[in-house]
Amino acid sequence: MYQFSSKLKIFSIALFILGLLGTGWSFYNGSTATIEDAKTAIASKHDDGHHGNKNVDSHKETKHADSDQHEDVHAQGDEHAEHVLHQMKNRPWSAFYVALLFFLGVTLLVLAFYAAQRVAQAGWSIVLFRVMEAITANLLPVSIIMVIVIVLTGMHFNHLFTWMGEGVFDKASENYDPIVAGKAWWLNVPGWMIRGIIYLIGWNAYRWFIRKNSIAEDTATSIKIYKRNYNVSVIFLVFFMATESMAAWDWIMGLDPHWFSTLFGWYVLATLLVSALTTIAFVTIYLRSKGYLPKVNDSHIHDLAKFMFGFSVFWTYLWFAQFMLIWYADMPEETTYFLMRFNEYKTLFLSMVVMNFAFPVLLLLNSDFKSRPWFVIIGGVVILAGHYIDLFIMIMPGTVGESWGFGIPELSATFLFLGIFIYTVFSAFAKADPVAKGNPFLHESEHFHYYNIEHHSAGEENHH
Amino acid sequence: MSSNKVVHALYNDDEVVLEAVKKVKAANHHIEEVFCPFPVHGLDKAMGLAPTRMAITSFLYGITGLSIAIWLTWYTMIGNWPQDIGGKPSFSWAENMPAFVPIMFELTVFFAAHLMVITFYMRSRIWPFKKAENPDPRTTDDHFLMEVPVHGNEEELTNLLKETGAVEINIVDKH
Repeated sequence: MYQFSSKLKIFSIALFILGLLGTGWSFYNGSTATIEDAKTAIASKHDDGHHGNKNVDSHKETKHADSDQHEDVHAQGDEHAEHVLHQMKNRPWSAFYVALLFFLGVTLLVLAFYAAQRVAQAGWSIVLFRVMEAITANLLPVSIIMVIVIVLTGMHFNHLFTWMGEGVFDKASENYDPIVAGKAWWLNVPGWMIRGIIYLIGWNAYRWFIRKNSIAEDTATSIKIYKRNYNVSVIFLVFFMATESMAAWDWIMGLDPHWFSTLFGWYVLATLLVSALTTIAFVTIYLRSKGYLPKVNDSHIHDLAKFMFGFSVFWTYLWFAQFMLIWYADMPEETTYFLMRFNEYKTLFLSMVVMNFAFPVLLLLNSDFKSRPWFVIIGGVVILAGHYIDLFIMIMPGTVGESWGFGIPELSATFLFLGIFIYTVFSAFAKADPVAKGNPFLHESEHFHYYNIEHHSAGEENHH
Repeated sequence: MSSNKVVHALYNDDEVVLEAVKKVKAANHHIEEVFCPFPVHGLDKAMGLAPTRMAITSFLYGITGLSIAIWLTWYTMIGNWPQDIGGKPSFSWAENMPAFVPIMFELTVFFAAHLMVITFYMRSRIWPFKKAENPDPRTTDDHFLMEVPVHGNEEELTNLLKETGAVEINIVDKH
């Protein structure tokens, strides 16, 4: 049995407290921001603009546009400042929201991958079952936080979703938005809150059921429990495929309510799935290096890395499919989405493609590299960072627009959830047998050997 | 002379032939060739064959295809006859790159796949109308054949091969 070391426990609690303090500080800062702060922020941003323009001084139009902007700022200074103030107030919420959705999504996709292993009756992955189950223990705490965020958002404690604004659906109001009003049958606060809570209850119900019955399999005398787990996993996957897409519309695509993409649900799925597989690989490599997973060999790591490689390509395919059609058709109502991201988030937007596609594909192309823990870790760190950035630029442009930054709010929100993740995952792993010994495919998994690679670490790493 | 003599040991199971190859190698005999009706995983390693360099050629062919696609799209769409792509007449390859990505992808795959198959045929010395090299037609159906050269140790070899589970052992003169 694994024992959650006190060193790791203290580390996770320290991360959590650090994250909590930083998040508290950012929320306090956000709530006390005034219109004067917004004006200072605009002024400093404008200075930056000047520096940029000096490089293209010969370009007359740029200069002209710049002076136009000056007049705009003076004429509508207050209105613009108020807009920026809203964005500044949104920032701590957005930072928290990005980290929340990232950890919720990764945990959920680990659960979905685990369900898929059961439904496929996969043989190779049985020795990883308890690792995956342990990771899904993080689902409950992040779901509770998500419910709180859903309720607070629905009660207008923040203004992340512009369609929840006052008078958007009201013809008489000056805020009336006919395009968004046409979507009121889906985008309305009660519906949005109820749907969100239904998704979360459904996912957690499956996680609670399958964890309980997976442990029951260990001591079972017949195949009955295994078969029931299979059936319930099939039902969960159907529920998951529908609700994951809908959650992506509700929680992410709704931030830009004018814009829509029909493959958005899969795109979010791809981002979260590749991160989820990286997370499984990381936790597995860590636990194996400590000697708690003696049955896991290099072929299991190799298979996880193959999934990381494959789903990196899958993500790129969906990312590009979404981008290219919009780029080609060049319709204003669609291109606004990428215009915002390309103008205000250029570095992140472009580096994301390198981090999520070029780097992992070239690194993990070689068969031998995929079975070496260090290569998997190097590739995985870049993949996780790249997909955090992906989620960041799915959410931030709709909530804080050009007033984004990466600092204490974003870092501390990530620390906070990482602390919760480490604490829940490793304490859950300590609570059950590290081998799912009742599974009929266990023997196949233990002897899993991909013919093309040599097993290296089986001897040396178990002596820790 | 005796150096032209070979033993043909036939097996009827892939697991058995794999174990047999390991035993024969362990007894320090050279295995000339193993003929199989289907690929047997791990056989190349057991026979001590050098790892295939096919993956490297495939990567190089892919790079070639990618380069040709870049040149092709540039020449046909920008260089030789500038085209207005998607209502954005920039006449720049870089700015129209998204439209060329499918072509770049397809030609990368096309070159890698086709040239790899052709390379495989050439390395295996297979071409149309070539006479089959396998010594026994049953190796295309349900039998596995191990060919071991004889160096005056006929009896010892035969006994060893019998022990490994061979269903038939023939000694033939190779021309």
